[in-house]
Amino acid sequence: MQHETIEKNINLMAVLIVLVVSFAGIIEIVPLMTQKEVREPAPGIKPYTPLQQAGFDIYVREGCSNCHSQMIRPFRSEVERYGPYSVAGESVYDRPFQWGSKRTGPDLARVGGRYSDDWHRVHLMNPRNLVPESNMPGYPWLLENSLDPKLMETKIKALQMLGHPYSDDVFATIEKDFADKTEMDALIIYLQHKGTNLTGRTRND
Amino acid sequence: MLDSFWHWFVIIGSIANILACWWLLRWSAKTKVNQTSNNTTGHVWDEDLQELNNPLPRWWLGLFYISIVFALAYLFFYPGLGNYKGSLGWTQVSQLEENIAAAESEIAETQKFWNDYSNEDLATNRSVLETGKRIFANNCAMCHGSGGQGATGYPNLADADWQWGQNFDQLVDIITNGRTAAMMPWIASLGEDGVKEVSAYVRKLGGLEHDATTAEAGMAHYNKTCIGCHGPTGNGLQALGAPNLTDKYWLYGSDDETLYETIAKGRRGQMPAHKDLLNKYRIRAVTAYVMSLSKKPETDQANAKSN
Repeated sequence: MQHETIEKNINLMAVLIVLVVSFAGIIEIVPLMTQKEVREPAPGIKPYTPLQQAGFDIYVREGCSNCHSQMIRPFRSEVERYGPYSVAGESVYDRPFQWGSKRTGPDLARVGGRYSDDWHRVHLMNPRNLVPESNMPGYPWLLENSLDPKLMETKIKALQMLGHPYSDDVFATIEKDFADKTEMDALIIYLQHKGTNLTGRTRND
Repeated sequence: MLDSFWHWFVIIGSIANILACWWLLRWSAKTKVNQTSNNTTGHVWDEDLQELNNPLPRWWLGLFYISIVFALAYLFFYPGLGNYKGSLGWTQVSQLEENIAAAESEIAETQKFWNDYSNEDLATNRSVLETGKRIFANNCAMCHGSGGQGATGYPNLADADWQWGQNFDQLVDIITNGRTAAMMPWIASLGEDGVKEVSAYVRKLGGLEHDATTAEAGMAHYNKTCIGCHGPTGNGLQALGAPNLTDKYWLYGSDDETLYETIAKGRRGQMPAHKDLLNKYRIRAVTAYVMSLSKKPETDQANAKSN
C-alpha cells in the first residue's frame, strides 16, 4: 500500500489506527476477563442482602466514590493502614464496581466493623461533629428518606438475570426488612459489611 | 490463571506484535518512495506545502530497536507472557511480603528496647511519643479527635477525667480489649416522671441548677436503681465505666433533654478492641501518647479556680 493512499484518506487512516490500537486491548485486557479469579466471587463473598444492596445503591447515588476508593493496593503502606489488599473477586457483585483512584477521604474497602453504627450515624449527619478537620459533606437527608421495597424487588430480579445467585426466598422478607429502615440505616448496614469477608470484624452493635 | 487457549493467545499475540514492529522498522527504512529531483516525497498540500524525504535519524531509529530489545528482555525476566512467571519469579504479592518483612524487622529492632522500658520510661521517651502520636492519628483520632479532645459520646482524653481507668496498664487493657458501656434504659421501670426526677437529682449531684423538690423525689429512685454503678455519692465506678456524676465532665451532655434521653434510653458507648489492629508495642506506644495528652489534675483545678 502506498504511503500516499493512507495519508490522503482520513477514514482509511482512522480505521487502521483503531485496528492497531485494538491489538493492545485484545492482548492485554480481553484474556484477563476470562480469568476465574475475576469472574468468580472471592472466599466469603456473597450477593448483597436487599438492605446491603439498598445501601450500595445509596453509596453510588451520593457519589461516595468521588472521594473514597474501595481498592487497597498491595503496598505495605496501604495494607498497614487499611487491612488486607483487595482482590478482583471481591467486587463481582458490585454493579458498578467501586475501585476508584480518588482518595480525598480514606479507602473504604475494609471499613466494616471499624467504627460503631452510632459513629457512622453521627459522622454521616455532620462529619465535623467527630472530626473537626474533615471536609466531607453531611448527608442529613438520609435520615429522612425511607426505602422502597417494591423498587428493590425489581432490582433483585434484574440482578438475578445478571447471574447473581439469589434464591426466590429473598423476596419474602424485603417488605418486612425495609419497613422501619431509613436510607441512613441501609448505608450503615452496607458500610459495616464492607470487607468483613477478610477482616472477620463483625458489626459491633 | 489463564486457560491454555488464552495463555497461547497472549504469548503469540505479544511476540507477533513485537516482531511486526521490527518488520515495520526494516520495511519503512528500506522502501523508497518515488524519488524526485529535489528530494521530496512529491506530495503537495495547500498549494505549495511539500515533504522532504530524509531517512529517519539514526539515533531515533536506534531507540526503536532498543525498545524492542527491552520488551523482549522484560518479557523474559518478568511475568507478562500468559501464565509464564518470568525467570526472576517476581510477583507483586511477594514484593509486598518482602516490604512488610523488611519494615517489621526494622520496627522490631527499634521496639525491642521498649521491652526493657518501664511504663514511666515509655511515657517520657520522645521517639515513643512520636510513634504513639502517629498511631493515634491513624486509629484513635476519628472518635477521640486529633488532639484527644473527644466529641459527644467519645471521651475527652486531654482532660484529667477517665471513664474506665487511668493508670498505664489499665489503658493498655482498654485499648487492647475494648470496652462497652452498659447504661440501661430506665424508661420502662421509672416512667417519664421518674426519669425527669432522676435527671434533676443527677444535675444536683453535678452541682448544676435544678428543681429542689423534683431532685428530692429523684433521690429515692437514684438510691434504688443508679446507686449500684454510680455509687451513693455519684462518684461512679471506673471498673464498670460508670461515669462520675459529680464532676464537670459530661460525656453526652448535662442539659435536661440529653439527661432525659440518657436515662430513658440508656447508652452503649463502644471502645473497639485493637488487639487485631495493633501489636502490643504499638498499643503501649499509643498508651504513652494518650497519657501525655492528659492534663494533670493540679492544672485542672488551677484552671477551674482561675475561671
